[in-house]
Amino acid sequence: MADVLERVSKIVVDRLGVDASEVKPEASFKEDLGADSLDVVELVMELEDEFDMEISDEDAEKITTVGDVVNYINSHNK
Amino acid sequence: MLNGKTALVTGASRGIGRSIALHLAKAGAKIAVNYSGSEAKANEVVDEIRAHGGEAIAIQADVSNSESVNSMIKQVIDEFGSLDILVNNAGITRDNLLMRMKEEEWDAVINTNLKGVFLCTKAVSRQMMKQRSGRIINIASIVGVAGNPGQANYVAAKAGVIGLTKTAAKELASRNITVNSIAPGFIETDMTHVLEETVKSEMLKTIPLARFGQPDDIAALVVFLASDNSGYITGQTIHVDGGMVM
Repeated sequence: MADVLERVSKIVVDRLGVDASEVKPEASFKEDLGADSLDVVELVMELEDEFDMEISDEDAEKITTVGDVVNYINSHNK
Repeated sequence: MLNGKTALVTGASRGIGRSIALHLAKAGAKIAVNYSGSEAKANEVVDEIRAHGGEAIAIQADVSNSESVNSMIKQVIDEFGSLDILVNNAGITRDNLLMRMKEEEWDAVINTNLKGVFLCTKAVSRQMMKQRSGRIINIASIVGVAGNPGQANYVAAKAGVIGLTKTAAKELASRNITVNSIAPGFIETDMTHVLEETVKSEMLKTIPLARFGQPDDIAALVVFLASDNSGYITGQTIHVDGGMVM
């Protein structure tokens, strides 16, 4: 259960080309990290691979911040 | 030209789809031959590709059913390791005058010819986005541009495909995926074979090149659009119709 935030952060840094220090739980992908809608779709795809889980379209639409992702993974993955 | 690429052609057991599958294989692509009901015909296409040294598999799937589509896409990727080219070709007709058209006739054509394109495009986009490249080629129809009496359902679906092509092209362009449509005119296949001679001869008068097209005329353009040579073309609908609609 290595730090979920750390693993998420690595993907976000790779995908969006932002600085690791910017990837805070309250950071919004679109507002703060410069992602467009398609970037968010891709992030979700990569998270599914990284954490070996499926995130439904309905749930994916609710994900807007880094914290949303971490909470989602913590509550669905054990 | 397409060595190392994988192509999925829907409705590839007969007609235009069959010709597309054979031409893409000849250009070096590995082919997934999708079919709905004609298993024997699909296997013939696979055998013909293999006989010429190509790689191919036949996959049964109803393109209007999302589960069926998703499992087909998964099967292609499991088998070949990538999916570079999608040709949305599967289509049916249920012709009738608007006044007589049954709701089932409308739904059947919209589901296969339009919803099917949406479902297949959605399913392959995921893989193509990861690959950062892809070619999606939709077989529309010239009647989707010009209209045609007796084909309200088919025309609406094909016009829908042209609109879907433009939107998908805009959404996916940043990931190096191009999306284009081909609008065939009158092509000699089983689908057009059933038309009455009088209808055919009237139609011939409207074609400047004064002859009907062949499936190979469409397949040749598909090969070009699937290749790296077409990299700066996206969102277009290209008419292959002997000049019928300009």
